[in-house]
Amino acid sequence: MLDKEDLKRFEKEREKWEEKFAASGLPFEATNPSGRATRPLYGPADIDSLDYEKDLGFPGEYPYTRGVRTTMYRGRLWTMRQFSGFGSARDSNTRYHFLLGRGQTGLSVAFDMPTIMGYDSDHVRSHGEVGKCGVAIDSLKDMEILFDGIPLDKVSTSMTINAPASMLLAFYICVGEKQGVASEKLRGTIQNDILKEYIAQKSWIFPPESSVRIITDILAFCADHVPKWNTISISGYHIREAGSTAAQELAFTLADGFAYVEAGIAAGLDVDVFAPRLSFFFNSHLDFFEEIAKYRAARRIWARHMKEKYGAKNPESLLVRFHTQTAGCTLTAQQPENNIVRTAYEAMAAALGGTQSLHTNSMDETLALPTEKSVQIALRTQQILGCETGVTNTIDPLAGSYYVEHLTNQLEEEAEEYFRKVEDLGGVVKAIDRGFFQKEISDAAYRYQKEIEKKTKIVVGVNDYIIEDEKIEIDLLKIDPEVEEDQARVLEKLRAERDGDAAGKALAALKAAAEGSDNLMPRILECSRVYCTLGEMIETLKGVFGEYKEPIIF
Amino acid sequence: MMTVEQLLSKFTEGNRRALSRIISRVENRQDGFGEIMDAVYPRTGRAYRVGITGPPGAGKSTMVSRLVQEARKAGRQVGVIAVDPTSPFTGGALLGDRIRMQDIGGDPGVFMRSMATRGSLGGLAAAATDVADVMDAFGMDLIVTETVGVGQCELDIAEACYTTVVVLVPESGDSVQAMKAGLMEIADILVMNKSDRDGADRMAREIRAMLEMRGERNGWEPPVLQAKASFGEGIAEVYGEILKHSEYLAGSGRLEKHRRTNVEHTIKDLIEERLHEDFWNEDVAALLGAAVRDVMDGKITPRQACRDILSASGN
Amino acid sequence: MDRKIRVLIGKPGLDGHDRGAKVVASALRDGGMEVIYTGLHQTPEMIVEAAVQEDVDVVGLSILSGAHMTLLPKIVAMLKEQGAEDIMVIGGGIIPEEDAAELRKMGVAGVFTPGAPTTEIVDFIKKEMASRL
Repeated sequence: MLDKEDLKRFEKEREKWEEKFAASGLPFEATNPSGRATRPLYGPADIDSLDYEKDLGFPGEYPYTRGVRTTMYRGRLWTMRQFSGFGSARDSNTRYHFLLGRGQTGLSVAFDMPTIMGYDSDHVRSHGEVGKCGVAIDSLKDMEILFDGIPLDKVSTSMTINAPASMLLAFYICVGEKQGVASEKLRGTIQNDILKEYIAQKSWIFPPESSVRIITDILAFCADHVPKWNTISISGYHIREAGSTAAQELAFTLADGFAYVEAGIAAGLDVDVFAPRLSFFFNSHLDFFEEIAKYRAARRIWARHMKEKYGAKNPESLLVRFHTQTAGCTLTAQQPENNIVRTAYEAMAAALGGTQSLHTNSMDETLALPTEKSVQIALRTQQILGCETGVTNTIDPLAGSYYVEHLTNQLEEEAEEYFRKVEDLGGVVKAIDRGFFQKEISDAAYRYQKEIEKKTKIVVGVNDYIIEDEKIEIDLLKIDPEVEEDQARVLEKLRAERDGDAAGKALAALKAAAEGSDNLMPRILECSRVYCTLGEMIETLKGVFGEYKEPIIF
Repeated sequence: MMTVEQLLSKFTEGNRRALSRIISRVENRQDGFGEIMDAVYPRTGRAYRVGITGPPGAGKSTMVSRLVQEARKAGRQVGVIAVDPTSPFTGGALLGDRIRMQDIGGDPGVFMRSMATRGSLGGLAAAATDVADVMDAFGMDLIVTETVGVGQCELDIAEACYTTVVVLVPESGDSVQAMKAGLMEIADILVMNKSDRDGADRMAREIRAMLEMRGERNGWEPPVLQAKASFGEGIAEVYGEILKHSEYLAGSGRLEKHRRTNVEHTIKDLIEERLHEDFWNEDVAALLGAAVRDVMDGKITPRQACRDILSASGN
Repeated sequence: MDRKIRVLIGKPGLDGHDRGAKVVASALRDGGMEVIYTGLHQTPEMIVEAAVQEDVDVVGLSILSGAHMTLLPKIVAMLKEQGAEDIMVIGGGIIPEEDAAELRKMGVAGVFTPGAPTTEIVDFIKKEMASRL
């Protein structure tokens, strides 16, 4: 970039400046929560080897560092998609109408733990958990209520569901059928990222091999029947929430992504057919510039690997289209109003990083699920960001920044090193088995906690700027305790009124397909249509695939 | 706190909480544990004792869990003692075996206790043996003790068991070689776990070669088995070898010999412990303090200090 | 030698978030305690059985799924049934103060929510144990 003479001169001047800095007696490097050492100043020498065409390119062009679309936010703002769900399908349906009325532009469904783990609401293990952290969905009947008055050809819906993703997708398709909307028209996402479950979120059911088989079945089915659907939301959010650093979040997410690509190819699918429908889900944490650099690095790394390693030809196969959620783990239970500010900063980083979709956390989420008031503020945060701050007027505004480009390069290097480590271990599944990711994450989490307790990292309201004996004065959401009983009654009625014979036959057909190699999706759809419950379908598959046991790594 | 009589009464009724509390007193060497040991000892002698040891990461806990399930199929009541190292820096411990044995945790025919090494140098073996005795007296048919085979005292625990199963895993690295040197001596059965990993066959060959050099011990040639404990493969074979070994010991009279050796060790350890306790009273400790100063000042040698203290303390 | 404090850290219910439980378990170990971590997806029965067999002094439960008002009291009650009501129960996770107050009335000795330093938990346990001797 600079010619050799200028560079030499600059370096000399920089050294002089650093001496002045050192004379102040202050520590030269500052460390961020990810453990990254940051210098007080970055300059031309830090990005001297940057090649605009090779390393940055233009928005919507390889290697996509500056953004996945030519027009980015000028053409279309990110989708405002608040993750939401609690209580019964009716409770959540009301909240969805509220959010859409307040200007949200996409739906995002949060399911309760029993649904996530594949238990019906009346199962003994569901006791006390029904509707508590998401909506309870036991069958197509509940799904119909959940989307009551919501035309599926007019919205896109993201469903945060993993092990039972095939079934929730089937329910959604069936609701579309009842509305007269063909599956080819449905737009949305299922998270369906089982690898990160083993690594971080831990809501698994079946062992890895069978789980990956289910995923490749979904990829194949959607390629033919639900072409507008994002089949996997390859996630880093949970990895970060579990305590990883930014580099780990980046590396482990992309490693998972490559593992899915390899699985799809191994299953005989055309990479250029299924890869365009892979999407991503990242965290937006507090270190502002590191997060922006992380998103840029993600785009560049994925594009490079997809093109050079996997030979993808379709430009859509090279894109990291991603949803972002602001970091839940940075929120505090103390002085919860402060969380509004944290979320705003994190949201800005995501926007400057070029996210396609965004969820902003509500301030009360360290205490309970969001109230209408607090989720409205969270939504307004996005609207103010998008409409008032002007950051959307130009694409990738931080490109060329010495610091941000340096960080982007660094993160890419660190990710590549992790990819090598994973390869040495024999790939993602083997590395999971060895507890590689899990240990990296729990070590990072422990270090982070130690830093907070030593006060080398300050968290306002928690280890500094504390208010003694503070009283929390915000209203909190309460889940109706009747939900569990109500759901049990609904299930009883469902089982009594459905065609029990057809349900039994459908489950048997599902079992047969699971034992063989037929695609499971058509069987799951048939089960859904005759009102088999989620729990029944999962039990059937457990009988064939078994249950996963975690390797215990501390 | 319950009296010893109350506890023993519940214990003999088969109350598991009483068993658990007694184990605590025995482990802590407190609250009448000596009286308790004397009371329960006559009821011991039924349980067969198996030791499972090996380097960290070998999958011992999974192996134990599977073997216990085999034993349960045969209707045995099983006690499990899982030993994990205490941190020398903090004095705390993460006892991580129970979590790896969840399949058997809820089985009413199994009782599992996690024990930390607590930095002791010989006290652990005695405590672990006492805990095994308590479980034996409670009615267990089989007691499985799992240790990490890195310390002398843990090897001692394994030695006290009738059958010692050493679990290894294919891994490159010198540490395993060094480990094997110690473990080879005590192994009655060798299991190569996670046998689907790279290097399994090569390692099995190395082990067989080492065993050949060692030769048979006590008339028993340790079999080398392969297993994949987490998949349940090879477990029945390992269990079968344990049974074979137990039959061999019983038939050849070696079991009796082993028991006698254990009893002798126990009595000797108790005497040494007692002598040690009785010797080091406050006055003698003071003598030691003075002696150290004299040695440091160059007045006497350590051996002279020893003679002086012994004669001063009336020995 | 001071008697070692034995603690069972449990994750009852379906919640899979174990970051906090693991961090606390490590901190208690660093504080000189013997810690048994149960792993995920434990039923109240499994936790109580483990607590009884291991004769722990403290049971620490981590719940982030909102199911705390069902699971925590259940475990307290079951410990009592087993004759183990002397085992101290503490809890952590996403538990609003109103619920925490209710839980304390039901016999949960302490509730430690996000932001509670691990040192606070270690000190709390040590103090309680000391006062019981």
